[in-house]
Amino acid sequence: MTVQSWTLLIVGITFALYIAIAVWSRAGSTKEFYVAGGGVPPIANGMATAADWMSAASFISMAGIISFAGYDGSVYLMGWTGGYVLLALLLAPYLRKFGKFTVPDFVGDRYYSGTARIVAVVCAIFVSFTYVAGQMRGVGVVFSRFLEVDITVGVMIGMAMVFFYAVLGGMKGITYTQVAQYVILIFAFMVPAIFISFLLTGHVIPQIGFGAPLGGEIGSQIADGQNISLLAKLDGLHEELGFAAYTDGSKSMLDILCITAALMVGTAGLPHVIVRFYTVPKVRDARVSAGWALLFIAILYTTAPAVAAFARTNLIHTVNEAPYAEQIDGAVPEWFRKWEDTGLLAWVDKNNDGKIQYRAGKPFDGKPAFSAGDGAHGQRLVSNEPSANENELYIDRDIMVLANPEIAKLPAWLIALVAAGALAAALSTAAGLLLVVSTAISHDLLKRTLMPEISDKHELLAARIAAAGAVLVAGYFGINPPGFVAQVVAFAFGLAASTFFPAIILGIFTKRANREGVVSGMLVGLAFTSAYIVYFKFMGGSPDDYLLGISPEGIGTIGMFINFGVAGVVSMLTPPPPQEVQDIVEAIRIPAGAGEAGDAH
Amino acid sequence: MADPIDDKLRAKHKAYWRANLKILAALLGVWFFSSYVLGIMMADQLNNYKVPGTEFPVGFWFAQQGSIYIFVALIVIYTKLMDQLDARFDVAE
Repeated sequence: MTVQSWTLLIVGITFALYIAIAVWSRAGSTKEFYVAGGGVPPIANGMATAADWMSAASFISMAGIISFAGYDGSVYLMGWTGGYVLLALLLAPYLRKFGKFTVPDFVGDRYYSGTARIVAVVCAIFVSFTYVAGQMRGVGVVFSRFLEVDITVGVMIGMAMVFFYAVLGGMKGITYTQVAQYVILIFAFMVPAIFISFLLTGHVIPQIGFGAPLGGEIGSQIADGQNISLLAKLDGLHEELGFAAYTDGSKSMLDILCITAALMVGTAGLPHVIVRFYTVPKVRDARVSAGWALLFIAILYTTAPAVAAFARTNLIHTVNEAPYAEQIDGAVPEWFRKWEDTGLLAWVDKNNDGKIQYRAGKPFDGKPAFSAGDGAHGQRLVSNEPSANENELYIDRDIMVLANPEIAKLPAWLIALVAAGALAAALSTAAGLLLVVSTAISHDLLKRTLMPEISDKHELLAARIAAAGAVLVAGYFGINPPGFVAQVVAFAFGLAASTFFPAIILGIFTKRANREGVVSGMLVGLAFTSAYIVYFKFMGGSPDDYLLGISPEGIGTIGMFINFGVAGVVSMLTPPPPQEVQDIVEAIRIPAGAGEAGDAH
Repeated sequence: MADPIDDKLRAKHKAYWRANLKILAALLGVWFFSSYVLGIMMADQLNNYKVPGTEFPVGFWFAQQGSIYIFVALIVIYTKLMDQLDARFDVAE
């Protein structure tokens, strides 16, 4: 069977499974639609949270980014896991005790302010759409690469899937599909990783092979008789080719600190993650399920850097100084030409020796623009102006995970499994985000602000319509991606870090924080962070002008401190919150009497 | 408001909250130390040593592996400590 028929088969089976779960777990009330009735067991919630959290970016891009950034890629590993410690210790139990359905619910009630609620709604919708556009695109890319359909058709199939189980099942449908999606995505990530670890180091556990000497079938060829560790070999190769050492960073320490902190705090402030902790029955379950969630996430996040190092070593070994032309002995393997066809990989033979030189620096500016006809060795010709350095290879980092099974010559069914895993990762995250958008509209905007008299049945209908609308908007962005999707991700974390996180922390850990303080803190944090990101990402600001060398990805950390400072000072200068709000704060600090989510209404 | 039972309950809740804050401070101290100090600030110096039994430079290992294992352990320990605390102050659900 070919890779394509395997992909059709495996993707078909997984999709049928998602639909079956959606039909079985239809939501009958707003409480089921928003928080799955508040009755999800902690371990299931942990898996659902993990699938919700691990997106197409975690599955496809992260190992690739680390593969090219080496130590500097650690910011994503620590940032996207360390945030769960903050969530478990500082947010989840108290928000679960508070009950209700959404993050704007908490902000609006704790700060007795419709304005605060609206600011939170706008931030929640913006953050979620930012994210979801990337997911839909990911679905389209996987479909087009593995099933050879148009990206547009791929996005539409993805939309139809999400539409079906998010609109029908709400949080209840999403939760149980996410449990299935977690199992599929982790299996699809781990199996190739285990194979590759074995081929390069002789160890079946990637986390151990990562720090072991080269060995195994491919590893011993790379070691070439030496007894050398994978990481030492990789550092040596990097030095030889002019790259910065793999295990050492090239970013400034302050920048690394700020980016890590912004990602951690941003993770803890993302509405689609926080809302998952409203779905468990008790405060204790919120703590326990945060632990399960991080454990399930850690399985992928400790494997990804190992995969990154394996793939990097194998790539350099396979490609550098290899002849391109097929008929020559030791030529680059078939996958190289296949990815060249997708335009994610390109080769310019600068010195006309017919061999690929892989060095530090860009081979040419921007993405490759292919011209008609083939080069002297059969390669696709690139019309970009070559750069002055010796590097001849353009390689998109997203290739790493998707091409890894082919690079390591794994069987066809495994390659198909990776496609199904990438789809599971993208669909589960998209569904969770779309639910936040629909809840923000039907609950925070309609029920709590515009039409408080609306009946439960009508609110549920509104939630479904909003979810359907959100799917359509997300699909549109997937088909016509705004050019700035990659940059906008910095936005999502920066905004979550500089708005939601301080507002929620102050709301739980101080009684004195009041409406005036927190609203001005959120607005100043929002204004500072967005101005900085917009200036450097969209208006052509030069990295030389960075504040203390902090890149836009890390500026949310500074925005967070500014928010805390402003909120603290303004709160002290204005009257304290009313007694009943202070009583709410007292109550959320004590687990007893939580009841089920929504009973506080 | 001057109900003595109410005052007693309040005092108990206050003591519970203080004990909770102590647990948080200790665990977040470890959280900060393992990632920001060992994985970032001291990574260069630590990279001169290897993790025993492996070929990992120590700073690099904390940044890409160790800190994540510690994070998982921290949440597990937190859950256990809070179970005990909830039982001691009789505030569990």
